[in-house]
Amino acid sequence: MIGSIIDWLTSSASWSGADGILARLLEHIGYTLLVLVIAAVIAIPLGLWIGHTGRGRWLVTAANALRAVPTLGLLFALTLVLLPVLPGDTAFLVPSVIVLVLLAIPAILSGTYAGVEAVDPAARDAARGIGMTGVQVLVKVELPIALPLLISGLRAAVLQVVATATVAAYVGLGGLGRFLIDGLATQDYASTAGGALLVAVLALALDAPFALLERLVVSPGLTGRTRPLRPSEPNRTAPAGGST
Amino acid sequence: MIRLDGVTKQYPDGTVAVDDLSLTAPDRAITVLVGPSGCGKTTTLRMINRMIEPTSGSVTIDGQDVLAMDAAQLRRGIGYVIQHGGLFPHHTVERNVAAVPLLLGTPKKQAITRARELLELVGLDPALGRRYPSQLSGGQQQRVGVARALAADPPVMLMDEPFSAVDPVVREQLQDEFLRLQGELGKTIVMVTHDIDEAIKLGDHVAVLQVGGRIAQLARPAELLAHPADNFVADFLGRDRGYRALGFDSARVPLHDEPTVSLGATVSEAAARAGSDGWVLVVDDRRHPQGWARPADLPGEGSIDERALALGGTLARVDGPLRLVLDAALSSPSRRGVVIDGDGALAGTCRATEVLSVIETRERPSDPGDPISHPAS
Ligand SMILES: Nc1ncnc2c1ncn2[C@@H]1O[C@H](COP(=O)(O)OP(=O)(O)O)[C@@H](O)[C@H]1O
Ligand SMILES: [Mg+2]
Repeated sequence: MIGSIIDWLTSSASWSGADGILARLLEHIGYTLLVLVIAAVIAIPLGLWIGHTGRGRWLVTAANALRAVPTLGLLFALTLVLLPVLPGDTAFLVPSVIVLVLLAIPAILSGTYAGVEAVDPAARDAARGIGMTGVQVLVKVELPIALPLLISGLRAAVLQVVATATVAAYVGLGGLGRFLIDGLATQDYASTAGGALLVAVLALALDAPFALLERLVVSPGLTGRTRPLRPSEPNRTAPAGGST
Repeated sequence: MIRLDGVTKQYPDGTVAVDDLSLTAPDRAITVLVGPSGCGKTTTLRMINRMIEPTSGSVTIDGQDVLAMDAAQLRRGIGYVIQHGGLFPHHTVERNVAAVPLLLGTPKKQAITRARELLELVGLDPALGRRYPSQLSGGQQQRVGVARALAADPPVMLMDEPFSAVDPVVREQLQDEFLRLQGELGKTIVMVTHDIDEAIKLGDHVAVLQVGGRIAQLARPAELLAHPADNFVADFLGRDRGYRALGFDSARVPLHDEPTVSLGATVSEAAARAGSDGWVLVVDDRRHPQGWARPADLPGEGSIDERALALGGTLARVDGPLRLVLDAALSSPSRRGVVIDGDGALAGTCRATEVLSVIETRERPSDPGDPISHPAS
């Protein structure tokens, strides 16, 4: 069994061609990035706004409730509804993307919101108190301090989307899901297992750039990744002849 | 000059935090708002820089109505030290201090250079500028908060319990440095505290607030101690009022020559110079008092070294407040209070009874009927 998976993964025939591993891998990465960009463009500004204003917290709760909706069921329902109204391949692509975006939004939204929410009220107050405008408070204080949790949200979303993008294959689209579904249908278990393995490896590989991003953009003052310095109060003594 | 005129703040939930309050904070002076927790001090302070909008009344700075100004613009021109430090955790210390100049468009390099100078001014090593706030002690963070408020050299400073989050020893130290700094800079300061001792120590004028945001009394510290307006103020001032009031009254007291021995003298030399009570004052070669010794308690062959000195006994300056002079006498093991001159050298000793005689002949502190309308000292 393991031998046949390795054979499948290493044979040049399975990598090449329009339905080869390389093409499917690129399709999978393509779906994932498309979905992430759309989800981030929606969820990050929304999360920042909710955290900054304190208004619309119910949206975060509502988004989290969305996670309970079964992905496959929603995909089929959306496809049935949209099939008659959308032209050609987009009739399959759009429902898949919507489903995955809905899956990615809760993690990014909660992360962003929680990040802003976690800003020390004293720091926010000081920012206003020294004369920052609302936008400046958001951009110069709340956003940078929210980054660690925001990026955690993104990373969680990446994992979920990479794993779940396999469902696109159910409605006839590409991606690594093809190997799983087609493999099951043709009882080619080597390609099913190999496909699953590739999904897992891809999830890890796509996580790495985010880990790097986190190291680059998050201030060391927030992570404690500072040079080991021991805070010490300079020694000061009362002036000579001082009393009481 | 900061002026609050008939200012009232009612929060949306109905709480009246400040009720028809009028107050003038004169230029180049420290005006302290003091009162129990929840009496409206913070609310009053924050109405000056429009962090809170008054429900009614007017607030002016140098005659300009703050409500007519752009809030962010206004705040950039006012130094603000907030209650819990409020440093930006993601910025280095020097970047924190440079925050206002950067907002005002000062080039970064210049703002950071200035920030390092300010760190030095508030008693911090400029090398700490590269650290992050989480790497500083509480006392250091408070200093950085003050440096940040000073960075754009605003004429007006608002300080909300700036020294509250540190232990008493560090607090004393910060207060002393703050007074020294104010002596140099002469800002117009409104400060909030719940600590009456801090108010009396730091304030040129002290406004005692009572719950509901009303001023129970506005007076100079000495007047407050001598003539509390009512029972609330008297209770709030607490014990030892008469004694604490002496802290604001300076007078010369009779000084007596005191026989001394130098550090390192032999015990027999010291015994020969000791007074009838057996105590002798030990000085160093510059005649700076080092402590008292009782030769009779020491081994006859030895010499007077630091271990032989009795601890205790505070020092008073020749023209210092009577409180310190009296305390010097009361705390001295020999009951003779050590008085030093401006250079720290021995001037003589005083006796408690004579200090009390001086106190008795002093004029009573000024009449309560004379409120502070006159400018600050
Ligand atoms: N945002 C707010 N909403 C409602 N009540 C408030 C608010 N802020 C303060 N208060 C109330 O107003 C009163 C004065 O508060 P504050 O000015 O913070 O007092 P202090 O600084 O003297 O402790 C208190 O009773 C407090 O509970
Ligand atoms: Mg307060």
